[in-house]
Amino acid sequence: PRLFKSADIDLCPSNGGQVIMYEMLILQPPPAKYGGRHTVTLIPGDGIGPELLNHVREVFRFSCVPVDFEVVHVNSALESEDDINDAITAIRRNGVALKGNIETKHTMAPSVKSRNNLLRTSLDLYANVMHCQSLPGVQTRHKNIDIMIIRENTEGEYSSLEHESVTGVVESLKIITRNNSLRIADYAFRLAREKGRKRVTAVHKANIMKLGDGLFLQCCREVASDYPDITFDSMIVDNTTMQLVSNPQQFDVMVMPNLYGNVVSNVCAGLVGGPGLVPGANYGRDYAVFETATRNTGKSIAQRNIANPTAMLLASCMMLDHLKLYGYASMIRNAILTTMNETRLHTADIGGQGTTSDVVQSIMRIIQSKGPLISEL
Amino acid sequence: YKSTYIPPPARYGGRHTVTLIPGDGIGPELANHVCELFRFCCVPVDFEVVNVDSSMASEDDIDNAIMAIRRNGVALKGNIETNHNLPPSYKSRNNLLRTTLDLYANVMHCQSLPGVRTRHRNVDIVIIRENTEGEYSSLEHENVTGVVECLKIITKAKSLRIADYAFRTARAKGRRLVTAVHKANIMSLGDGLFLECCKEVASGYPEITFDSMIVDNTTMQLVCRPEQFDVMVMPNLYGNVVSNVCAGLVGGPGLVPGANYGEDYAVFETGTRNTGKSIANSNTANPTAMLLASCLLLDHLKLHAYASMIRRAVLSILTETQLHTADLGGKGSTSEVVQSVMNAVQSTGPQTLSI
Repeated sequence: PRLFKSADIDLCPSNGGQVIMYEMLILQPPPAKYGGRHTVTLIPGDGIGPELLNHVREVFRFSCVPVDFEVVHVNSALESEDDINDAITAIRRNGVALKGNIETKHTMAPSVKSRNNLLRTSLDLYANVMHCQSLPGVQTRHKNIDIMIIRENTEGEYSSLEHESVTGVVESLKIITRNNSLRIADYAFRLAREKGRKRVTAVHKANIMKLGDGLFLQCCREVASDYPDITFDSMIVDNTTMQLVSNPQQFDVMVMPNLYGNVVSNVCAGLVGGPGLVPGANYGRDYAVFETATRNTGKSIAQRNIANPTAMLLASCMMLDHLKLYGYASMIRNAILTTMNETRLHTADIGGQGTTSDVVQSIMRIIQSKGPLISEL
Repeated sequence: YKSTYIPPPARYGGRHTVTLIPGDGIGPELANHVCELFRFCCVPVDFEVVNVDSSMASEDDIDNAIMAIRRNGVALKGNIETNHNLPPSYKSRNNLLRTTLDLYANVMHCQSLPGVRTRHRNVDIVIIRENTEGEYSSLEHENVTGVVECLKIITKAKSLRIADYAFRTARAKGRRLVTAVHKANIMSLGDGLFLECCKEVASGYPEITFDSMIVDNTTMQLVCRPEQFDVMVMPNLYGNVVSNVCAGLVGGPGLVPGANYGEDYAVFETGTRNTGKSIANSNTANPTAMLLASCLLLDHLKLHAYASMIRRAVLSILTETQLHTADLGGKGSTSEVVQSVMNAVQSTGPQTLSI
């Protein structure tokens, strides 16, 4: 196993590749507990979640990443909310989590809310960020895609407020508030500025939902006026999806309410190669939860060793970046991207025949060959 | 519903009257081309033109249009612009038209057309979208400043109706698979009701396979592997998104026609309802969608011979790359395309001598 000295010279991805030294970091990382090791909540979820998270733990142990996982199981078949409440408490305690998707069974009563949704709203993880990039080594119909999607994560159509006042007539409430819209717009512009992006597009349907999406659009415009260096424009959701399919290279950063975010992020995931490749992050003011971007349970491919571990592993790299363990993050990320270039290791979802364990083994081998040697320390 | 459909009565010596609403943007010029083409082919259809001014706050214009459609039974329309800067009490004119006439089913048939190069091949999807309720109920309120609630309405009656329409259409066209698109894991009452209605109706059509898919997975699958879909049925907003994705897959908004059917009326327009303000009056718009929509209109009026003649001509022109308009990556102009269609009709249509 390779060990890192505390003062390694490293590439810091969030600084655009500038070389910095750990000791020069001015920002304080989140408090490492018990001898310099972080504790992160791990929620295995259902379907392919448990096996992929096992692989993440394997890779972390192999790379000697100073992270300990506190595993919390959530049983999606139970009606009681104790499980998910325990998970939420654990995340409040640790501040960071890595999760697999928890299944929402349609056959249960409507009062059983989606566990994933409960988690996001209780922890107020208001921003869902997904970065879709064309990966070299993965053949897709579209090239040169580089889109950041920022999706409001707590309100909109996912408020779970429905009622049936008259039999046979159901009303679902879609809530848009000024506060949450301002908050997400502000997050989007701050992130765009930080990453040096030039353009933010708001996606809406204000020609039909004038009050609701009109308010969202207005909030975006207000925030945009504070960021004169970034171009702001807006596009109706139906035109957006059509443009994404014809000409996705025109988009840079996109911000939108919950449901449109769901659809647009899935379209973009499909454009860059599928659900197995893109990681997603949910940020709140105090907490951060990392998962695959398209939140698939993958029940049909569970336990068959054919799931693509890339999304989950890249999500764990995002988590390491969040914990300011940039050295480990870039090491693992480079290994993953190098493995992506080998076509014979591609899993079934990107058209190959490789197995999950082959891919993970290959990643670990690359880490072993490229990482710093103990003798060099 | 009526089990045997009677065509709308032809008036005044065997000629049909159809309401024509030019709309805004590229609507008027395309509608003119349709009139030109129909006159050239001697199609027995007269157009009653009703203009709707989208900048006026009064609803008189659209009421007149609705009355004209009630009178004639059939219409061909361009998209009427909805100006965001007008107050929220100003409803979308297109939406008003659809709900007042109860045009509950929006049908869009997306097919890969020969001659148009796209990234995806062999796409053949029929999208049936509920057209009157769902997220487009225009019911919004702001009880507390800064908090807006939009109501999305799903009713059992309308869901059963659209599901029934979908299965009947699938059976009529010999299709094997109907997929319901929903988000019932989050909106369990609303989309759950829609899904249940679809399942109920599906039990009456044992030869057709029914399955369901969540909207986010659907859009992703459409982008990766659209060949797996056959007929899709869904509520209003998902229908909007999915139909635009499919239009993008087969070549863009200039190619796909759309139809809105109700119990008593039918209105035909382009599938993706674009106003095309930026390309209006520049002779660069693609007339294919509007011309194919007019063919759907002729089929509805049971003038099948004219419909197939014009459709054949339009599709044969599409194979000529030098006539492709800007949205397909070419440099042709609208008038060139229409002229070529007329030439094609002239050369392949029946000769006067042979009648």
